[in-house]
Amino acid sequence: MREPVPMMRMGDNVLVTLLGDLDDRTVEEIEQRVTVEVARTQARGALIDVSGLAVVDSFVARVIARLVAMIRLLGAEATIVGIQPAVAITLVELGVPMRHVHTALNAQQGMLRLRETQSHGVGHLD
Amino acid sequence: MVSATSTDESTVTIVKIDGESDLLRVRSALRGQAQQSGLGLTAATKLVTAGSELARNIFRYATGGEGVVTIEPTRDGGRSGVRAVFADHGPGIVDLDSAMRDGFSTAGSLGLGLPGSRRLVDEFDVDSVPGRGTTVVIVQWDR
Repeated sequence: MREPVPMMRMGDNVLVTLLGDLDDRTVEEIEQRVTVEVARTQARGALIDVSGLAVVDSFVARVIARLVAMIRLLGAEATIVGIQPAVAITLVELGVPMRHVHTALNAQQGMLRLRETQSHGVGHLD
Repeated sequence: MVSATSTDESTVTIVKIDGESDLLRVRSALRGQAQQSGLGLTAATKLVTAGSELARNIFRYATGGEGVVTIEPTRDGGRSGVRAVFADHGPGIVDLDSAMRDGFSTAGSLGLGLPGSRRLVDEFDVDSVPGRGTTVVIVQWDR
């Protein structure tokens, strides 16, 4: 892998920042690393910031959707934040199914959303 | 591999595809040409995304994952645009009508590559001869 995935711990959550133009292999490596990190740190949520991605094609979108599903299987919540408007338009026209993916406009709103879900305590044993 | 030849007015960029990292080269060349041709951000993003899907098709399905992408500026009256040709000598597409439908995939993918990229660009032409190869031509205009 060319660059490390910027991951930051924020309380019970992990903040992941996707940046630049990612090739298929890098996206899959990020998927694995984030999943392992969520399990290792027993995070309750993951915030995945994609505002630094200028292009999200069907492959990258599919891996992101898969990552969300994996995080959920670990008992944590995931929210995708910062999808660029041009990327959102493109994804909808491309027809990538991302209905099960929670999104928020930016990291701040995404964090609020994670905290709301977590305060209801569904599926978590504290 | 990227090579560029410059004529009087237009620069043609040729990207040879024989590995996954060439996808990044195709995206970057398309983005560069989109900027030069004056495409807006949304039109450029759609073009780059469509190109990424089509380049991945070559990498995944063409014989030896090899093909050639040719990117050039184009004009039509007062419009300016980007024309890109994706050509391979792979197995070709036997059932082109099905391949152009959403969700049709022989490879366990989402099956959005061809129909999805067609929705993203202004012009889309696909020509495929089974056993000979596939050529897809896309054009995105600045307006």
